Amino acid sequence: MKALWKKYKQNKLAQGIFLLIYIGVTSLSLFLAQKSVTAFLLLLASLLLLYFTSFKNLTKWLIAGVVLVFLLPFTASNGDGYQSYMEVATLVGIYISMALGLNIVVGMAGLLDLGFIAFFAVGAYTYGIFATAQANNFMPFGHFPLSGESFWIFILLGCFVAALFGVLLGIPVLRVKGDYLAIVTLGFGEIIRIIFNNLDRPLNITNGAMGLSSVTPPRLFGMDFIYPSQFYYVVLVILIFTIFTVLRFEHSKIGRSWKAVRENEIAAQAMGVPLVKTKLMAFAIGASFSGMMGVVFAAKQAFVDPTSFTLLESITILVMVILGGMGSVPGVILGAAVMTILNLQVLTEVTNWLNQLSTSGAISIPDALSPSKMQRMIFGLLLILFALYRPQGLLPARNRKYNEKALQKGSKGAAGETIPEQSPIEKAQEV
Amino acid sequence: MFNEVLHTIPQVLIDGLTLGAVYAVIAIGYTMVYGILELINFAHGEIFMSGAFIGTAILLVLTGIGWVSSLPAIVMLIAVLLITAVLTGFLGMGIERVAYRPLRNAPRLIPLITAIGISFLLQDIVRFIAELKKGNYIVTGPSLFTHQLSIKASSVSSIFNDATIKTSFVIVLVTAVIMMIGLDLFVNRTKWGMAMRAVAQDRETASLMTINVNKVISITFFIGSALGGATGVLFAVQYGTIDPYIGFILGLKAFTAAVLGGIGNIRGAMFGGLLLGLLEMFASANLTLLSHGIFGAEYKDVFAFIILILVLLFKPEGLFGKPVTEKV
Amino acid sequence: MRLKKSLALLLTGGLAASIFLAGCGSKSGDDGKSSAKVIKIATQTPLSGGSATIGEAIKLGAQMKLDEEKKKFKELGFDLRLVPYDDQGDPKKGVANAQIIGADKSILAVVGHFNSGVAIPSSEVYEKYAIPMVSPANSAVEVTSRGLKTVNRIVARDDFQGPAGAEFAVNTLKAKKIFIIQDKTAYGTGLAEAFKKSAEEKGAEILGFEGITVGEKDFNGVLNQVVSKKPDLVYFGGIYAEGGLIIKQAREKGIKVPFLGGDGLDASTLVEIAGDAIKDTYITSLAGDSTKSEEGKKFKESYKAKFNKDTESYSVYGYDTMGVVLKGIEDAIKANDNKMPARAQVRDAVRGVKDYQGVLTKVSFDDIGDNNFAKVFIYSFKEAKYPAELVGEVSK
Repeated sequence: MKALWKKYKQNKLAQGIFLLIYIGVTSLSLFLAQKSVTAFLLLLASLLLLYFTSFKNLTKWLIAGVVLVFLLPFTASNGDGYQSYMEVATLVGIYISMALGLNIVVGMAGLLDLGFIAFFAVGAYTYGIFATAQANNFMPFGHFPLSGESFWIFILLGCFVAALFGVLLGIPVLRVKGDYLAIVTLGFGEIIRIIFNNLDRPLNITNGAMGLSSVTPPRLFGMDFIYPSQFYYVVLVILIFTIFTVLRFEHSKIGRSWKAVRENEIAAQAMGVPLVKTKLMAFAIGASFSGMMGVVFAAKQAFVDPTSFTLLESITILVMVILGGMGSVPGVILGAAVMTILNLQVLTEVTNWLNQLSTSGAISIPDALSPSKMQRMIFGLLLILFALYRPQGLLPARNRKYNEKALQKGSKGAAGETIPEQSPIEKAQEV
Repeated sequence: MFNEVLHTIPQVLIDGLTLGAVYAVIAIGYTMVYGILELINFAHGEIFMSGAFIGTAILLVLTGIGWVSSLPAIVMLIAVLLITAVLTGFLGMGIERVAYRPLRNAPRLIPLITAIGISFLLQDIVRFIAELKKGNYIVTGPSLFTHQLSIKASSVSSIFNDATIKTSFVIVLVTAVIMMIGLDLFVNRTKWGMAMRAVAQDRETASLMTINVNKVISITFFIGSALGGATGVLFAVQYGTIDPYIGFILGLKAFTAAVLGGIGNIRGAMFGGLLLGLLEMFASANLTLLSHGIFGAEYKDVFAFIILILVLLFKPEGLFGKPVTEKV
Repeated sequence: MRLKKSLALLLTGGLAASIFLAGCGSKSGDDGKSSAKVIKIATQTPLSGGSATIGEAIKLGAQMKLDEEKKKFKELGFDLRLVPYDDQGDPKKGVANAQIIGADKSILAVVGHFNSGVAIPSSEVYEKYAIPMVSPANSAVEVTSRGLKTVNRIVARDDFQGPAGAEFAVNTLKAKKIFIIQDKTAYGTGLAEAFKKSAEEKGAEILGFEGITVGEKDFNGVLNQVVSKKPDLVYFGGIYAEGGLIIKQAREKGIKVPFLGGDGLDASTLVEIAGDAIKDTYITSLAGDSTKSEEGKKFKESYKAKFNKDTESYSVYGYDTMGVVLKGIEDAIKANDNKMPARAQVRDAVRGVKDYQGVLTKVSFDDIGDNNFAKVFIYSFKEAKYPAELVGEVSK
């Protein structure tokens, strides 16, 4: 068995064939079945399988692109569950993006942030206020709601506004460390939410607890975006952008500075890493992804209200990051996907199934233990089990190894930049 | 304007102290665990909640038997407090054993996940039991100590209005103070207290000094949770109505209080709790007045958090924390 | 390494399962044709979290009506089924569930939601799938004022209930100075704002308009303001859990003036929480006194017998809402020659329901889905007993 496994490990062809069969079967079953959540999830899991193959990175990206852009929407579109799958996929994308943002702050720079959802809220309200008649209340000029075409500009705008808030939060936070930082960011998140909840007086800006409804849907070439299947592509584009950015950052100078700050602030400072700039960059970049997705979220829901941005949401995103493996980009993607799918799809389906059994009388459950109320409990149990048996996260972070000699020979010019990473710090991650 | 603020001050002080006492005792639980393990025990709020439910359940059962009327209420309260404290103490120890001990060498944020998991689990288990027994998870206990006292603050100075006090307020405050003093003595004067401080300072060196670290940590959890559970009972007595979700908000506030006082410092937590309670009560009674109606009482949490952030900015280790010089 | 292996094994297992599932899937597709006579009705209410009591009550009420009507639909050749969903009071979850509901073609209607904040975004989804939604509880104006074809409700709107309360406060209770407390949720704010506007028009002075935080238990801070302002009446816009505590703590502080609140206070738990302090409290409710009428008594008894629980005010809303939905579906079936109606047909039939007599209220929808017969009832608590005594009735 072991030998077989080893052989398989080395044989790209076998991996390719297996992957192809796997994708083929799952997509076929998704295509044929009217509504099969399992098939949908298994098709998504093919991406994980792809991650473990030993193909070149470019090949992996191409295959993933084909699966996500064509195969998944196409095969799902045949069944009744199409929009439902796309809704889940869209939300998964949104959460992955946010988790990746938080991963920069918590995982890479080691700054525990418990108020991360605030940036998402900022993005959502940025679009929500101007894409409803709400802005008329305090903007004397201009005509609101803005048309759906402005959505695309607002994605950038949301990104910048959130980044700005990130810096604003970052400046006072620079002085505090560790768990003090956690509580300050928590306070910040709560402050933002409470202010949004109360800003209907004295000047009505956010419409308070009533929320902003009928947000204008995005529009492109005369087509309104109202279905999740359309938002899926918007999210996908932003997500791919996010992943590429994060990956580029991770191995850039700033990425290595983040890790240095995480491992030891003082040592990093002594090595010439500018602390202030590095930390602020982490906050700003992390926040900007959330801001973008906030805009998308507002447009997708067509409704923004403060209940979507509670502390529990911040914690959920943090759990995604920790579950996936702090600092590890593929890990965080997996963590966010698992958590979102679990919460939105799997638990709901399981509950429905149990419910059907109990109403048809196959099993009888006392009312207080009705499965539809147990989502919290199941969720809690899963968290505990994951943390106990896989504490370093699902896909732990790995530092890139450099071959010192080859590096010295190969590129004399770039040597200056890669020196910090040459030190053989390949120790277990300790935050 | 200031006259109006002064008018209500006696009553605001009393209400603020009640709430503050509850925050303070819960904050101690956070701070003790943090001091010894550097771990934010997010499940502590739920232990408090379980304590409130256990206490109310015992009270309800006793009322059912008819003991409430035959025994003096204070005796009964003490009995209930003790039973609940022991039960929640063991609950806390159990949680530590199952959810935290296996993770002691894991990355520092991992226990946070188990803590959140435990929170969800406890909330749902309590809800389930309450709903099974009562058909509704919002539980109202028997009312004890409802006698009203009136403080003639106006006789001290005519600026003040009179204030009213529930007898339960006195009991809550006195019990909380006794618990805090007791704990302070325990930590500073006894052998086990010394062991706890030693473990908090350096776990490995402590174990070299023949201190059983696991046992000390267990005891810390026991005490912190027992205090939390007992506070739950006090809370149930004072406010009458409880539900399985009270732990979250209160836990959050108590954690804030612990940080305000300097996390890891027990006296700091007590002070932070009382201060936070007073601030909050003051804000919700006077913010509208002071800001001419621009900010209402709903901004009280913002107010509390802003104070917290300001304190941390100018004294990053909290009010009572000692600045830690970082060794390189 | 070991992880990867087990992962691969897992996925291989998954592959096998999916092949199996694909087979099943196509099979169940065939089944779908033969048993196309299943009609499912979804409920979407919070079954976990802070307002689960009410969500549960709506669900059970709906379930009871559905069980009663099962036989009738069997004769028509259809099998009725209830699918309860938990929206957790969370807009995201509500929308995601709505998509799942939309995907299940056999679901013809939705009973829900409780929170207006969830109902508004979710109904945008229902509109796309043409699934009619009938709300048992949402009173926020915007739920129907957006003019969606699918959205209906059997209860009165905030801009009807608030003024009815103000009318009662100013004219009957002779309140001149009013202090308003609200819970900063979509429901509480909406109702309190409507009350405030109307009370001001009627000449009352508003001494304060303060917010509290849902989930907290200590409201002494706000009540201290009430003490120093000395109003004739305190209005509370919010739910019973906070309302009960506010009333209790106010009485302990020596605030003796009457309290007035909305339908969110209409629950037995209110009395349980406040105890004797409840005296001199008035509520405007959307539910008529169901203990007086024969059907009401019967409903109460059979509910108790079926679920071993006392009725909440919202159980009967759930019951009537389901009644309206089933009436609509029945009409649609009949209009469609006893064949399975399409969703759009059911949608129009539900909107077209006229003079449906429920246990609680009569229902006729107007052109945006509001109930023409929605009434506001005023109750007075003279002692710690639920339900309270009916003292007034306001119709449109």
